Amino acid sequence: MAVFQECLQQFNKSPIDAKKCRSLLAKLLRLIYSGEVFPAQESTTLFFSISKLFQDKNQSLRQLVYLTIKELAATSDDILMVTSSIMKDIQGGDSVYKPNAIRTLSKVLDSTTVNAAERLFKNAIVDKNPILSSAALISSYNLLPIAKDVVKRFTNETLETLQSYKQFPSSQFELHEYYGNSTSNLPATSFMYQYHALGLLYHLRNYDKMALVKLITSLSEGSSLKNSLSIIQLIRYINKILVDDESLIQHLYPILAGLLKHKSDMVELEACKTLINLQHLIKDDQFMNIITTLQKLLSVPRTATRFAAIRLINKISFKHPEKIIIVNIELEGLINDPNRAISTLAITTLLKTMGAGTIDTGSTGGESVDRLITKMTSLMDEITEDFKIVIIEAIENLALKFPSKHKKLVAFLTDLLREDGSLLLKTSIVDALFDLIKFLPDASAKQLILMNLCEFIEDCEFTELSVRILHLLGDEGPHTTNPSYYIRHIYNRLVLENSIVRSSAIISLAKFASVCGGDVASNVKILLGRCLNDVDDEVRDRAALSLKFISSNQKKLIVSDSKYDLAALESKLTHYLNNEANFATKFDISEVPIITNEELKSLEYNKKVNKLDEGSTDASESASKDEGKKDTEKAGSDDVANDLLKQQEYAQELSAYPEFEAYGKLSKSTMVPVYLTEKENEFVVTVVKHFFIESKKLVLQYNITNTLPRSVLQDISVIAQPDNEDYVEDFIIPLSELKPDQTGTVYVSFSTPSIEDEELLAAFGNTVAYTNKDIIDEEGNVDERDEGYTDEYQVDDLEIVSGDFVTPLYNSNFTAIYDALPSYQSSVAHISGADTLENAVTKLKSTLNLLPLDGSDYVPSDSTSHILKLLGKDVWGGKVAVMIRLANSSGKIVAKIEAKAETENFSAIITSGAY
Amino acid sequence: MGQVFSFTNIFGKLWGIDKEIRILILGLDGAGKTTILYRLQMGEVVTTKPTIGFNVETLKYKNLTLNIWDLGGQTSIRPYWRCYYSNTAAVIFVVDSTDKDRIDIASKELHTMLKEEELLDSALLVFANKQDQPGAMTAAAVSQALNLTDLKDRSWSIVASSAIKGEGLTEGLDWLMDVIKDEQL
Repeated sequence: MAVFQECLQQFNKSPIDAKKCRSLLAKLLRLIYSGEVFPAQESTTLFFSISKLFQDKNQSLRQLVYLTIKELAATSDDILMVTSSIMKDIQGGDSVYKPNAIRTLSKVLDSTTVNAAERLFKNAIVDKNPILSSAALISSYNLLPIAKDVVKRFTNETLETLQSYKQFPSSQFELHEYYGNSTSNLPATSFMYQYHALGLLYHLRNYDKMALVKLITSLSEGSSLKNSLSIIQLIRYINKILVDDESLIQHLYPILAGLLKHKSDMVELEACKTLINLQHLIKDDQFMNIITTLQKLLSVPRTATRFAAIRLINKISFKHPEKIIIVNIELEGLINDPNRAISTLAITTLLKTMGAGTIDTGSTGGESVDRLITKMTSLMDEITEDFKIVIIEAIENLALKFPSKHKKLVAFLTDLLREDGSLLLKTSIVDALFDLIKFLPDASAKQLILMNLCEFIEDCEFTELSVRILHLLGDEGPHTTNPSYYIRHIYNRLVLENSIVRSSAIISLAKFASVCGGDVASNVKILLGRCLNDVDDEVRDRAALSLKFISSNQKKLIVSDSKYDLAALESKLTHYLNNEANFATKFDISEVPIITNEELKSLEYNKKVNKLDEGSTDASESASKDEGKKDTEKAGSDDVANDLLKQQEYAQELSAYPEFEAYGKLSKSTMVPVYLTEKENEFVVTVVKHFFIESKKLVLQYNITNTLPRSVLQDISVIAQPDNEDYVEDFIIPLSELKPDQTGTVYVSFSTPSIEDEELLAAFGNTVAYTNKDIIDEEGNVDERDEGYTDEYQVDDLEIVSGDFVTPLYNSNFTAIYDALPSYQSSVAHISGADTLENAVTKLKSTLNLLPLDGSDYVPSDSTSHILKLLGKDVWGGKVAVMIRLANSSGKIVAKIEAKAETENFSAIITSGAY
Repeated sequence: MGQVFSFTNIFGKLWGIDKEIRILILGLDGAGKTTILYRLQMGEVVTTKPTIGFNVETLKYKNLTLNIWDLGGQTSIRPYWRCYYSNTAAVIFVVDSTDKDRIDIASKELHTMLKEEELLDSALLVFANKQDQPGAMTAAAVSQALNLTDLKDRSWSIVASSAIKGEGLTEGLDWLMDVIKDEQL
């Protein structure tokens, strides 16, 4: 406040003391910059007193006046009072404060006064002083929200500036005592105004794609852009255009490729980054150019550049590790880079390329893994825990993708486990090992890890981890060849540890007893009997309970092979508790779906794999168009548990209709609604398929959104015409009215053929029928007398495919299941719409709706044939295993599909449906 | 050297050279305020745009330093005139002599302004401007329309002027300087 008072006093003096005012303004600015906000009235008073400082011609004072007004503009009223004074300065003032003046002007103008300044801005933009030109360009940018039309008229001036050459005025440097008179070693220009001009132009042409492409083409010819930042901005604009319209890649690729060789690292990196995100659009040999550039950048002295380059390489390694094998030598060199972030990325990247290498080259790949691990071991001592965790994750992924390499990797992890570390680090290692136990097919690997974990808990300071490991031992231990080994370790816990660990050890032991039976059971009984005298209540209780269960042979109570779907249980319970009327009846737990351990595993596996993929799809995060795609992908995959919840919701919605009551339990609903129209149509129609297998019913749920702003739709129904005579329509539940922007649902019910019948698959032709009435007033009412007119609207066809009848299932031993299944069918098909093996795999995966196993959804990009292994469970409860041999012969993908299923006829359905 | 300077200083103080004299130019929009300001400062006619806010210039006139504020005359800006009243030695009120329709408004603005406490001691000079135009009212007619004779306890004068031709400006200013010297020094 003291400053405020003093300001008013000094500024209103006549004549004013420039020096004093300057230091006061500096104080004021400091207050404002540190977050002080003046209320509107004070701010306005301050503003008027500052406006009086315009009577002084002192340049430094004027600059500070501008800075202050710029800040006060946001909070003061009546700031337009300084408009004329500022405009006069821009026209005739000293070049020292002209840029300040124009920046302040953009804050002072409003839509009524902006026209007066138009000429001024145009002149400033083309001014030969680059600093003034930049200030004018940026100020125009700031004016866009209030006066887009006016700024649009600056287009020609901006273009002129973009291509001109402007030098710094020498006088400006001479003023500064630091530079003195030695202006000779100063740069003549920074070309920064090009960056600013480009940014403004882009905003002016944002909505005109062709104009934008023309601009980009003209700018990339020759070398009219000298400023690195402006070239980077250009690359980003190219990226944006390509994301919207991929067909322009032919036209724009040469520009990007040309920028891969540029004298600025920044530009090269940006070009690489953009091309990597667009890699699905470019050819392999073009991709190699990127790698070559990155390879070169890996060896530059600037740390930031090296880091950026290796990060990009790491990004590529998610999807195409084989493409970057050629930089392995550089990467190995970077393991010892003084920057730990770089060395960590080098290791994680190498771990991926190693994995790819083993496929192609067999034994040599193994050697390099050895070498890498040795190098890593020495490095591990030096790096921080955060980096260690990253590396642990990478190792786990490698082990999951390439099970044959597990021994070395497990050894590495367990070595790390023995060393000192925080809970966080240990948890990540234990997590990794847990996952490996779950998903590695090899029994010996399991045993190896379990033994290592036993050893770990002998000397584990973290109760949390001990408990988790004991639980795992209880689950996995009894199924191994030497359960007594684990029992010994677990018993040690009972003797040595705190009560929490002891309690979990008891449960773990009980599991051994009930699963193994025989000698083991009687031994465990003795051990548990000793615990009945434990000092802790919980331990005693658990021991007594376990003993009781074992002796009464209640195996199910100790070892569960399934559990309730927790998410569904929660939603059911909330639903139940929210309405007191429900309390009359008992909560029906049988409605909550039960997940067997096997299903749980597939859920977890899915999550795991998706997490890996997400890392790579992050790559395209900048691509705005991808977002829509990603959203649907996410809805499909993010949380499989969510899917079950969703199904629960559907079941609830359907149960609200008495018509569906007799249908019994909902067997399966498709998760992601299928769009039958373009998303921007006048009606948006999506459909969800609900199957009731027991009663042989199919309910199609059409979600219809009315996007017409002036129409109300009434009596809406959907005519679904099946091409399969076995499908018989039962009834339609129409929708009575749909106002603008509302979404409603129409249900159509069918009786379906059973699995014994030949034809289970079908396609439906869909037509939406409705009565259209126009809205006559603002409230959205329609004229009562208006009869409206009836209309029909045809939407896309809907197909019932084999994937609708299955859910993905995980099992670590595909071959065994495949061999055991009866009912074999095979067919050969040409996969249309896919030109690479990778695309074909993605397509098959989604149409068949099965889970790819043994990492078989990963296709090395240079191979010409591939085997895809898929597993799932059908709605009749049987397993389905599919083996697909894919071959790529000159751009055409041919597949031999072999399907085996427990349910008769179903394998035939799969083979006929996959194309 | 130092002695010479100190002498000028003393004399300057005696004659009031060192002191800046604050003068406001007010009036309705389009009366010619900005043109008068720059005619006085640079001696030439500049093309002007409606003033959004104010212009301020310092000029030397007969050994005096004048700090002249030309405030915009648009209706939207008139309410802010009062922010600049303090320490004002004189007000120059410019009237467009051809604008008979709005002379009443001008009169009203003038009298409201003169009632302000901060302006009680200020001298008033009225320019009946745009005399070069056909149909311009004479200074006497303007004086009557503005009810200048009602003004008591204030030195005032009205001068017929043409900013474009430069007529009347110096006469007006000379009168103003004499009054200011008499009253304030």
